[in-house]
Formats: sequence, structure tokens, C-alpha cells
Amino acid sequence: MPESIPENSVGLVTPQSRHFSEPLLLECGRTLPEYTLAYECYGELNADRSNAVLLCHALSGDHHAAGYHSMADRKPGWWDALVGPGKPVDTSRFFVVCANVIGSCKGSTGPASTNPEAGKPYGLDFPMVTVKDWVQTQARLADVLGIAQWAAVVGGSLGGMQVLQWAIDFPERLRHAVVIAATPKLSAQNIAFNEVARQAIMTDPDFHEGRYYEFDTKPRRGLALARMVGHITYLSEDAMRQKFGRDLRNGKDFSFGFDVEFEVESYLRYQGRSFVERFDANSYLYITKALDYFDPAAAYDGNLTAALAGVTARFLVVSFTSDWRFAPARSREIVTALYANNLEVSYAEIEAHQGHDAFLMPIAQYVEVFGGYMDRVARECGA
Amino acid sequence: MNGLRPDLDIIAGWIRPGSRVLDLGCGDGTLLAHLRDHRKATGYGVELDDLKVAACIRNGVPVIQQDLDRGLKEFGDQAFDYVILSLTLQATAYPDQLLLEMLRVGREAIVTFPNFGHWQARWQYGVLGRMPVTDAMPHQWYNTPNIHLCTIRDFEALCDKRAIQVLERKVLDDQRRDSWLNRMAPNLFGEIALYRCARLPLG
Repeated sequence: MPESIPENSVGLVTPQSRHFSEPLLLECGRTLPEYTLAYECYGELNADRSNAVLLCHALSGDHHAAGYHSMADRKPGWWDALVGPGKPVDTSRFFVVCANVIGSCKGSTGPASTNPEAGKPYGLDFPMVTVKDWVQTQARLADVLGIAQWAAVVGGSLGGMQVLQWAIDFPERLRHAVVIAATPKLSAQNIAFNEVARQAIMTDPDFHEGRYYEFDTKPRRGLALARMVGHITYLSEDAMRQKFGRDLRNGKDFSFGFDVEFEVESYLRYQGRSFVERFDANSYLYITKALDYFDPAAAYDGNLTAALAGVTARFLVVSFTSDWRFAPARSREIVTALYANNLEVSYAEIEAHQGHDAFLMPIAQYVEVFGGYMDRVARECGA
Repeated sequence: MNGLRPDLDIIAGWIRPGSRVLDLGCGDGTLLAHLRDHRKATGYGVELDDLKVAACIRNGVPVIQQDLDRGLKEFGDQAFDYVILSLTLQATAYPDQLLLEMLRVGREAIVTFPNFGHWQARWQYGVLGRMPVTDAMPHQWYNTPNIHLCTIRDFEALCDKRAIQVLERKVLDDQRRDSWLNRMAPNLFGEIALYRCARLPLG
């Protein structure tokens, strides 16, 4: 719980939600007859509506990007380190919007929501959603909020992929694109990790083919395992060594058993357990699948340059040296395709030992680069 | 006066308005910002240093953080009108290969370097027997980034060998002036050499 709200926090925020009754044709060919988006806003929209920034969240994120929901909150929103007054995404200059993706379990319509046609939760009947679909829903939200063009669309990891899709699908609706720790498509290794996570969930005896809601249970062990695998890939070997080393939890002696012995085991089990409390297993399946499917170049014979041919946004691309999940080389593929189209792009490779998760942390050089870029975006729109 | 350093001012004068420019080792982006504002040029800087990259971004100069020793393979053939390498050639691992790469991705290369044949350098090395320390080469031998120093004659010999045509040459003395002395004996009086080059047509 925050004893007091820090000065550079957006403070107490209230999530909002918007119901869309206009059907949404999805990339998979199915139609979502109606859906709800949960979102949060920080800062003020200026008179000419030119200072709006859209934040796109990563795999297990949501619409709560910054600030606190109540004084009882243990932690602020997922990007509080970088979003707030005076921070890189400066809420005293920008009007910031963050929406929860459909397929999620955090307020937007997803597999745990009631299927209006069946009167019970969708489960695996929920249609497959893609990054492209998410961008469509966010564009509709922009319409509702009266935002014709974003000053910038910003995101890390899966959020960065949404930014790329935004630039492709709605070139005229964003002036700047900030793509952080992302990739133009997943590698076989990335997909393999996602598949291990999904198999952990789907082979849990409590999974009941995704209908576990009706059995008043959930695949806890599978979801916890999925999160543990994911978590290993988000950290670097260095970060793990620094954080845990081979430290034993109790004293110096091995117990020669399978209970938790090493600190890192304890940490992973805790991460797994706590994730089960805050995330729905089916949502994890859907969102990892959206990650796997993401490949805007696929429609252009794998040619990313061709996929970006219609893009007009100016770009900042950022990667982190110890990120092996979406390594700097993957970001450079995006950069290369951008300059093959003569687009304006800056690329920064941030020296960081934290692995993929570095994009959530206020690392000095990252703050300088990201903040410097956003400062320029703000000056451009007179904010 | 536009406030631009004399050597950068000469480079700027060589750039045709509206060109696409790649500035290797662009520092804080001063030259690119000038070319953008006064010559309507577009393009990118390439820089490795964290502080300089951040400065470029804050100045609105597009910059790619990259080590030049990795080469320029991400850039397409003839993607730029000019590729600039200002006072950096001597700090690269493979200056000859970089020069050829510059002329692959750009129609013309603009290269400037401190002339190791300058009389001050010759005096310090030849007479005093010390590694030269001058305004243009301010480091000590043990902390210098300059690993491939050359003279004006050396550079022109390399161009000759690699079929690189010198389109234009300017030599500045230690006052950063283009004086009659260094026009007469550039390799002795020139402290900084500036070249505009292109590939000789094949055949």
C-alpha cells in the first residue's frame, strides 16, 4: 500500500469501460457480435486534440498502466516507472490512453466473459483474436474518445507489435510510433516457449477443455507452470544470478529432496502462484496464440519492407542488450525495413542486464532516450 | 557565420539541397540538424556512444545506435546521395572496407581525417621521438581511439588502389583555414583533410 501517493504519480485513477455493440469482423473470419473494452486515461486532452498517446500493453498486462486504484493497492500500474508527470510519457503534457485487449480477463471481453448466444462463459468458443484485431478495437475506442490522430502510439514487447500494426493499418492516425523490445515476428524458439506454456495449461486435469468455469475450478498448476516458463525467458541469466545466485533458502546444506531449496525455485513458484490469482488460463492461451500469429510481413511473402511501404509514422525503436527473448537483432530487422522505405527512424540499443523485462524499468539511458523522444513529440504538438 | 565548425561547414557546402545523407559517427547530430534545416536533407546518423545517441534523439535527428565496425550491411545499395565520415575513419577497425561500404550505400563519400603528415605531428614524432598530440589528435597513445592514422598521401594511395576517385579535396591548417601554404604543401601544413569521393566507373 502506498502510504502517500508520490508526486510524480498520476495518483488515484478509475478504470473506465466502453461497450461496443457494433459487430467486429475478426482476422480469423469469425465475428464478435459485441464486446467491451476496459481502459484508463491520464492527463488532459488539449483543445486541438493533438496530444493523445496510446499505450499498448504486453502479454499479461492490462489497461492499468499507471497510478493506483486505491490507497490499498500494493503496486501501481504496470508502467508507472515511465508514465506520470515528468516521466518519459509525461502525463502533464500528454493525454494518455491505455486499453485492455480483447481476449483478456481484465475487463475487456474474453473467454471468461458470457457468450450472449450461449448464456455461459465462452471458454474455447471465444474466437481467435490477433494483434490486428486489437488495433481495430483501439481505433474504435479512439473514435469514441474523439481522437482522429495519436501524437504517438507506444508499447513494449507484444505492445510494440501492436504499435507496428497500428503504423501499418492506420498510417494517417499516428504521427509517431515507439516500438520497444519487440520483434517483427516470433522465432521458432519463441513459439516453442509459448507452446510449452499452453501445453502446461491444457494438460492440467482441471482444464476441462477450457470449460473449467462451469466446474468451479481452474487449471492452477498448469497456469503457474506456464508463468514460470515465461518468467525464465523474460529475465537474463545475469539478472537471475545477481538476484538469486545459487543461494539456498534455509542454511547451507542440501536437503536432497524436491521441496523448494534454491531461492530461484522459491521465486518462480511464488510468481506462478500469484499469477494464478490474477490471470485467466484461457486468456493466456489466446494471447500467446496472438503473439505466435503476429507476422505483418506474411501477407507480403515475408517481405517486411513491403509490409511497411504505406507507413508514414516516424519511429523510435528501442532494444535491450540482454533481452534474449526479443533480442536487439529482431529490433534491427524492423529498423532495416523502415529505412528501406526511407522512413524516419531512430534506434537505441540500451545496455541493460535485466533481460526482456528491462522495458518496464527506469534505466537511466532508456529514460533519457525515450524521454528525449517523447519530449520532442510533445513540443511538436505544443504540449 | 552559421556557428558550424569550419570542417563541417565545408562538408555542408558539398551537399546538394534535398539530398539523402548518412552521417557515420554523427556525434550529437549537429551536422545533420544543420543539413536538415539549411539544405532540406534527410537521412540518418549512426553513432555508438550512449550520450550522443540520446542527444541526437532529443534534437530530433534520426540516429541509429550501431558500431561502425559491424559494417553497413543493413543499408541498401546506393540508398543515399552522400555518406559522411567526419573525423572517424582513423578510429575504425577496417577503414579500407568501410570506405568501400560507404561507396556501396552512397553515390558519394565524404571523408575527413586528421592528417598524420602535418608538420606538428612530424616534429613530435621525428624530432622529439614522441607520439604526436595535437588539436586534431588530442589523445595520448594509450587512450586514443585512433588506431589507423594516415597521411594525406596514404589516403590518396588507398583511393588509387581501390579505384576510388577523388572528386574534391580541401585541406585545413591548424587555424582551420584554407591557406596558400597548405594548398602548396597539403601533406605538411594540412591538419585536417576533407575529401569527396566516388567509385570509378568499372571497365
